Amino acid sequence: MSNKNRKTPDPEVAEEIDRNLKRAFDEMAQEPLPDRFTNLLEQLRASGGRSDEASNDS
Amino acid sequence: MTVDPSEELTEHIGALRAFAMSLTRNSATADDLVQETLIKAWKNIDSFQPGSNMRAWLFTILRNTFYSLRRKRKREVEDTDGSLSLSLASKPDHDGRLNMRDFMKAFDQLPDTQREALVLVGAQGFSYEEAAETCGVAVGTIKSRVGRARAQLADLLKLKDDEALELTDRVTAGIVSHQSIA
Repeated sequence: MSNKNRKTPDPEVAEEIDRNLKRAFDEMAQEPLPDRFTNLLEQLRASGGRSDEASNDS
Repeated sequence: MTVDPSEELTEHIGALRAFAMSLTRNSATADDLVQETLIKAWKNIDSFQPGSNMRAWLFTILRNTFYSLRRKRKREVEDTDGSLSLSLASKPDHDGRLNMRDFMKAFDQLPDTQREALVLVGAQGFSYEEAAETCGVAVGTIKSRVGRARAQLADLLKLKDDEALELTDRVTAGIVSHQSIA
């Protein structure tokens, strides 16, 4: 390995890093969905595109 | 009884957006990436094994799309405008030593491969095996990427001693005063 060998962080530090990242990630994931995505799914559903499954519900 | 796949897809869009943000570090690019991922997922929904981990499946599609788009757009300057940290609430983290914005700024600086490994394992709770499969690399590679990512973050954030406490207070004060001006 050519990289200089960094010390592995303490488990406590690793945990703190993960906890913060998870929080940031969850915060982003919980943002309200822009309309483009709900519209997109509606469009995909409407277009079918899956010939093997007739849309028997609507 | 078949569940409408679009119903299940919907549940994962938030996580897909967050994963896309962590890869692209740009909110507009991230949402384009999510859109492309959803279209591909829809087209290939038959290749999804019912009962298996749909999030992992979607993340794999998103990740592959990201790298293939990036190869195509190689000439373009990578636009990392820091929206990853800007998109987050700038309020300080009171239950820990870290300021979220500083944290994400440091995270932004990690190499792509380390960011994705740490997001999958650290934030999404993927096992090393699941993350390895998602990224198409060996389990040992994921372990070492996660380890290096944590080490580098600890370095950048000076998490080795109590320095972080002071730093957080100072930066927090700066952000608070900046906000009151804005």
